[in-house]
Parts: sequence; C-alpha cells; structure tokens
Amino acid sequence: MEQTPCDRRLATIARHLNSPRSEIDGGSSISRLVTSADGGRSSDSVFNHVVRAPEDPILGVTVAYNKDPSPVKLNLGVGAYRTEEGKPLVLNVVKKAEQQLVNDRSRVKEYLPIVGLAEFNKLSAKLIFGADSPAVLENRVATVQCLSGTGSLRIGAEFLARHYHQKVIYIPQPTWGNHPKVFSLSGLSVKTYRYYDPATRGLDFRGLLEDLGSAPSGAIVLLHACAHNPTGVDPSLQQWEQIRKLMRSKRLMPFFDSAYQGFASGSLDEDAQSVRLFVADGSECVVAQSYAKNMGLYGERVGALSIVCKSADIASRVESQLKIVIRPMYSNPPIHGASIVACILRDRQLYHEWTVELKAMADRIIRMRHQLYSALQERGTPGDWSHIIKQIGMFTFTGLNSKQVALMTAEFHIYMTSDGRISMAGLSSATVPHLADAMHAAITHVV
Amino acid sequence: MAMAGRSGLVAGRRFFLGGSSGSCTWMRGLSSWWKNVEPAPKDPILGVTEAFLSDPSPDKVNVGVGAYRDDNGKPVVLECVREAERRIAGSANMEYLPMGGSVKMVEETLKLAYGEDSVFLKDKRVAAVQALSGTGACRLFADFQRRFRPESQIYIPVPTWANHHNIWRDAHVPQQTYHYYHAESRGLDFSALMDDVKNAPNGSFFLLHACAHNPTGVDPTEEQWREISQLIKAKGHFPFFDMAYQGFASGDPERDAKSIRIFLEDGHAIGIAQSYAKNMGLYGQRVGCLSVLCEDEKQAVVVKSQLQQLARPMYSNPPLHGALIVTTILSDPDLKQLWLKEVKMMADRIIGMRAALRENLENLGSTLSWKHITNQIGMFCYSGMTPEQVDRLTKEFHIYMTRNGRISMAGVTTGNVGYLANAIHEVTKSG
Repeated sequence: MEQTPCDRRLATIARHLNSPRSEIDGGSSISRLVTSADGGRSSDSVFNHVVRAPEDPILGVTVAYNKDPSPVKLNLGVGAYRTEEGKPLVLNVVKKAEQQLVNDRSRVKEYLPIVGLAEFNKLSAKLIFGADSPAVLENRVATVQCLSGTGSLRIGAEFLARHYHQKVIYIPQPTWGNHPKVFSLSGLSVKTYRYYDPATRGLDFRGLLEDLGSAPSGAIVLLHACAHNPTGVDPSLQQWEQIRKLMRSKRLMPFFDSAYQGFASGSLDEDAQSVRLFVADGSECVVAQSYAKNMGLYGERVGALSIVCKSADIASRVESQLKIVIRPMYSNPPIHGASIVACILRDRQLYHEWTVELKAMADRIIRMRHQLYSALQERGTPGDWSHIIKQIGMFTFTGLNSKQVALMTAEFHIYMTSDGRISMAGLSSATVPHLADAMHAAITHVV
Repeated sequence: MAMAGRSGLVAGRRFFLGGSSGSCTWMRGLSSWWKNVEPAPKDPILGVTEAFLSDPSPDKVNVGVGAYRDDNGKPVVLECVREAERRIAGSANMEYLPMGGSVKMVEETLKLAYGEDSVFLKDKRVAAVQALSGTGACRLFADFQRRFRPESQIYIPVPTWANHHNIWRDAHVPQQTYHYYHAESRGLDFSALMDDVKNAPNGSFFLLHACAHNPTGVDPTEEQWREISQLIKAKGHFPFFDMAYQGFASGDPERDAKSIRIFLEDGHAIGIAQSYAKNMGLYGQRVGCLSVLCEDEKQAVVVKSQLQQLARPMYSNPPLHGALIVTTILSDPDLKQLWLKEVKMMADRIIGMRAALRENLENLGSTLSWKHITNQIGMFCYSGMTPEQVDRLTKEFHIYMTRNGRISMAGVTTGNVGYLANAIHEVTKSG
C-alpha cells in the first residue's frame, strides 16, 4: 500500500516520539559493537564498544520542538513554568534575594559543609513538616541539602540501600520517567503498584490498596506528596488516611517525593498535608523536597532530603551516614540556590511575597485547566474531559494515545510526550484554542 | 484533622494510632528502623577545621583545609568573579541546563586543558560534560568506567586525596595503589612508580594528578612525565588526570597543563577531571568538567550521551550559577585577563610563603633539610612530620593540620610564618 506524504510524516514523527524509553538498568542493553570505520584506530579505544544512549523522552520533546520552524508550535513537554506570554519566570522574591546576596561583600564562596547550608536545612524541614511539627521541635529530623528533587531522591535511595533492611521500593504506575533509574542505580530493586486508572482518568484506589497490601513487610513505597507527575491525579485526604493506615499495618516505609509544594493548590500547608499526616502518627519516613518549581530555581538545583527518625540521637547518626554517601558523589552541595532559599524563608516579608507569587502561578495553571475544559465543551469534543479540571498540578494526563499525539504534532505542531501528558504551564489563553482544535482533531480522526 | 483513635496489633505488640500530633508516645515505643545505624567516622580533613574553630587561643593557625587565604588569613572572592556576578544578577533566567551542562562553559574549559588551538577540539573528538567540581567529575568517570569497563581496576597513587578512594569504591571499581611519594627524600619515588606501571596488567586505569599533587605537592619533572607517558603507552593503560589546580600551581595555566599536553602529543586517549574550586575560588559553587578524548567525533557523541545517562539519575542536570560565572569570565577577554592576573597573584603568594617558611626554618638553625618546602608545588606541603609531631603542634602551639603532616600553604601568612617555623622547629629538632 502506498503511503501518502502525510502518512510518511506521521510515521516519522511517531517513530521519533515512540523511541523506546531508557531501560531501567542502562547498562544491560549495551552490546559489544566494534566499529572499524577509521582504519582500525578505533580498536585502540577502550570505549569503542559504547553505543549511543537513547534520547531522554521528556527532554527529547524540547529538542524536536526547537527544530520545528512553525510559528504556531507549542511546547507542552517539559515541566517548567511559563507566563501568559510563554516566557520563563524568575520570581521577584528571587531577584530581590539575589541582589541581597550580590551586594553583601562579606559573603564568600567557600565550601558548604557536606550536609549543606544549615539554615537552609532547618527552614526546609519547617516548610514541609510545619514549624510546630513535633518531629522538628524534637530534633528528630535529619535534613541534608541536595541537588533538587533528583539529588534528594538519589541520596535517600542510596542511604536506604545501605542501611535499610528491605531493599525494594514500590513506585506508582505511571511515575516520573527518571524515578526507576534513580532507585535501581542506588541498589534498590524496583516494583510497581497500580495508581492511574485509564478508564476514569483518576486514581485506581482499589488496585493501589491491593498492591500495597501484598507488598512484603517493610518495603519502601514512593509517594508523590501532591500533584502526581505525570497524571495530576492525587488521593483525597480520606484516601491518604487509608493509605497511611495500610502502610502502618504493614510497616511499609514511606518515601515522599515533594516537588510541587505550594504549586499544586496554591497553599504550602495544604500541599504538605499528605506528608504531615504520616509524620503525625510518630513514625519514620523519608522526604525529598525540590525548590525547582515552587521557587522557580530549576537550574540552581536546590532541594533537601529529610529522614524523620524516632529520636534525635538516631537522627544524628543517620546524618553522619548521609555524609558518607554524599562525599564521594560531589563532596558538598552548591551554595547559590540554597542561599537564595534561606534568604527568602527566613524573612517574613520575602516569605509572604513568595506565597503570593506562588499562588499566582498555581492560579494561572488552574485557569488554563478551566479554559481548556471549556474550549473542548464548546467544540463538542466527544468524551468526558472533566479530568482536566479534576487533576492538579503542572501536568494533565489527557488520555490521548500515542497515535493521537502523533497527529497533534504532525498537523498542529503540538509537542508533548507520547503518553498523552501535557504541561499546563506551557499553555496561555492565546494558545488554548489551538490546543483544543488539535485535541478535537485527534479524538475525532484517530482512534 | 481528627483521626479516630484505634488500637491494633502489629507483630505481637499493641500500639495506639491517632490522637492529635505530638501525643503519640506509644508509637515511640516501637523501635526505629535506624537503630543499628552506626555513627560514621568524621571526615579527617574537615574535622581539622572544626577543631580549629573551637580553639579559643589567639595564636591559633589553620593550615588544614585546602582553601586559599590571603595574607590576612581571609578567604578571597576574586574581583573577576564579583564582576561576573554583578553582570549575571537579575539578568539570566534559571531554566534547567542540559544534562551535559553549559555548552559554552564546557567549551571554554576544554580550551584550558587541551589548549586553545587543540586539534582534538577542532575535530570535536572530546566528549565532555559539566560536572560537580572535581569530585563530581571523578565520580562520573568512575561510574562510566564501571559501566563500560567492568573488568578494569583503577590504580591510585600513595598517598592521594582521601576522597579518591571513596569515589572509586562507591562506583564499585576495584582499586590498586602505585608508589608515588618517597618519604626519605620527600620527593617522587620514580623508579618504584615506573615498576608499578610496568607490573600492572595491560590496560589498567591510572589516576594521575596533573599538577600540584594533593597532599604531597610533589610533581614529576617534565622529563619524568615523558617517561611515564611512554611506559603507560607501551602497557596500553588508560590515563585519567585529576586537574584541580591548573594555574594555581605555577601561576601559569598553560605550564600547569604540561603533563596533559605531553600525553596528548604521545597519542594517548585520556580522561580529565577539571575543577574551578581553587583557581577561580568557586569552591561552594561546585563547577567542574569531565572530558574523555575519543577516537573521532562520532564516538565522542556516543560517550557524551552515556555520561549524561549517568548524571541524569544522580542530579538530572548540573547547577547553573557557577557555570554562568565561568562562562562570563572566560568569554570576555578583559575578564579573562583579570582572572589570569589574580590566579598568578594567588600562586605567587603561596610560592613566596614556601620560600619564607624554608628560610625561617633554616635561620632557626634546623639541622634537617627543608628543601622540599620549595621543591614541592601547589597548595600543599608534605612536611615529613610524624603524627606525634603534628599532635604536639596542635596541643602546644594551636597549629591545626592533618596528621599526615600536610601543611596547607594557603593558610600561611607573613603574619604567622615566623610562629609556624618556630613551632615546627621545636617539635622536630630533637630528631
């Protein structure tokens, strides 16, 4: 059968966007290829057999977007906030904090301690656990500055692999693409639990409870504190409480990934409720925090890992062992981003201004959700699209399949991951209609 | 929120769930998951500074940690760095760097190591990624070595920076050592080094300090480097350079890269870890670069993609701020000149302090040889003192240094060199 040019284009894009995800164990698929294009010199190289790694599927979307010359192209791939004008945003409080730092000539750039900036660590723990949290007040939390969420997850996982008795972690299905490798490279074995229900585009709560219920006692469970990535589907508070009870009864270890505190609902306290629920019953847990999105500090790599322990003495020992993990990885964390965070969190005025800017970002995203939902209603697009406004945070799991996504890219220059995830932060009032048109076309033309 | 009080049975013990936060003493009765976690030993180097800070003596001297100090004993932020920061503040956005870091920063950094007009850079044969200072660069390479050469070992000099052992251990690469420091002469044990290179199985990986060896300050001469290069070539070993002090050793970055240039001329495929911690004073910013010289551009692309695969599950992408500083400085000819001037000033001050310390000791009538103080190069001087002598220095004179006798020359000033010399003479004169 002859392919039309359109078919060929679609096929090319589909191949590109459907390129296989990196394996969980990156090394397992490396084959021993010997190339001899250069007259045998390559056989001298000790790395001659190394094959090219597949493109990161998420970052690959931006690569493809950048190559597209179309004036109507839209990047709904990577999860970085954009303004209504489609521009990246540096928060005003961050600019103020940076100016303070620059103007302070007494500041030096010496090494931070291995655990990072002490003030930053204390303030970060207060932020996620609450200033009145007994765990914080009793000094039972070991907090170390790490390289954003990824770094915090990695250090936490390495610590667990060395010191925790049950070296298996259960991750939700689906989850952020980088999670599996972070855990497997740390030495944990990775299993999954049901999370997303494609039929309802909501939580598969029964499946979740079943899978966690049949996990071995003591297993580690990765929980997205709020604004689940990539689905935007969060348990309700009642459901969190049931999860907590189940996990306690099976002595499962909670490992929270908190990448969107304040960014999801607009309220820092509300977005921390799941974490605080677990800490309130007095048990131990691990929490990775990121300031990438909620303070817009993406590239500065600011985050914190906290391990809530039963006693201050244990927390102190745990901290000493965290240092042993960190030192041979990068010695000590970068100073700049943490200094900005500390500057803002310690200052009442700046902290307040931050909460206002944070709410504005969250509100804009919620507005985009409502606008997209309305636009699809207006077009009479078949299907139930209420999940767009039920889901929360930066991402919406549209429910579109990869063929539909491919059409949207080829015909409408919409760039998104092939799992149907769109970054709401990449939308504006001006571009919502275009996206709605694309979705409508994809739904009605491709099954 | 209210939680219904419930009691339940877990593993034979009754426990009480619920109540408002803060009143769950029952739960504390359950043992911690971490009760068997041992307190980790303190880092030997960083522990020295901690002890120094707690000492109330007005005479105390810190010649422990390897961070530069000016002649008043104060940490220094280079003028070129302050200017770069002024330009950066408020202007750039803070988006993620690519996984491989700042392309511009890496470009400029490779020029420093390989040479501005290097044919390898022109031919795009260098796979390179921004790394978390020297530590991060070494760790990425160790992980890469483990993944793609799982059968290989790393040969590490004795002594070396202590963290080198930790890095390759955590990367699960088996380690061997090779002779380096010659205690009697306080110099290089060249023949033993060459023997070890010869006896290592072909294709071993060798960790080399490009200049200003840490902790001894003992570097091979140019002639010795050439011989080491030839032998490594004959054995098919892989040379990996840790270059943490380029510019900081002699004051001239080109000169400090000589060992690397010799190996490049001799046709080795090398790896290099570079750091801006000392030579740009960017310690806490964690800026560095890992590079691997490949056979051709195609292989360089491949290797870089795999290095990125190792970085992604560790920290996703490297920090922005330090990279912006480096790029701002190195791509502006005036700022770059200023930097070169400031690096030379730092190196010259240290070289001056070496001369002063040696002179002082000789003038005190010490019968021991202190030539090595001026023969050695870079931030550190391996004094040759024993741990017991070092302990006396600390107890009696409030002088803080690591117990291997390593003196950080950066901590020596015109104000304390006399006191330091006197103390060293006191503890060493009885033999």
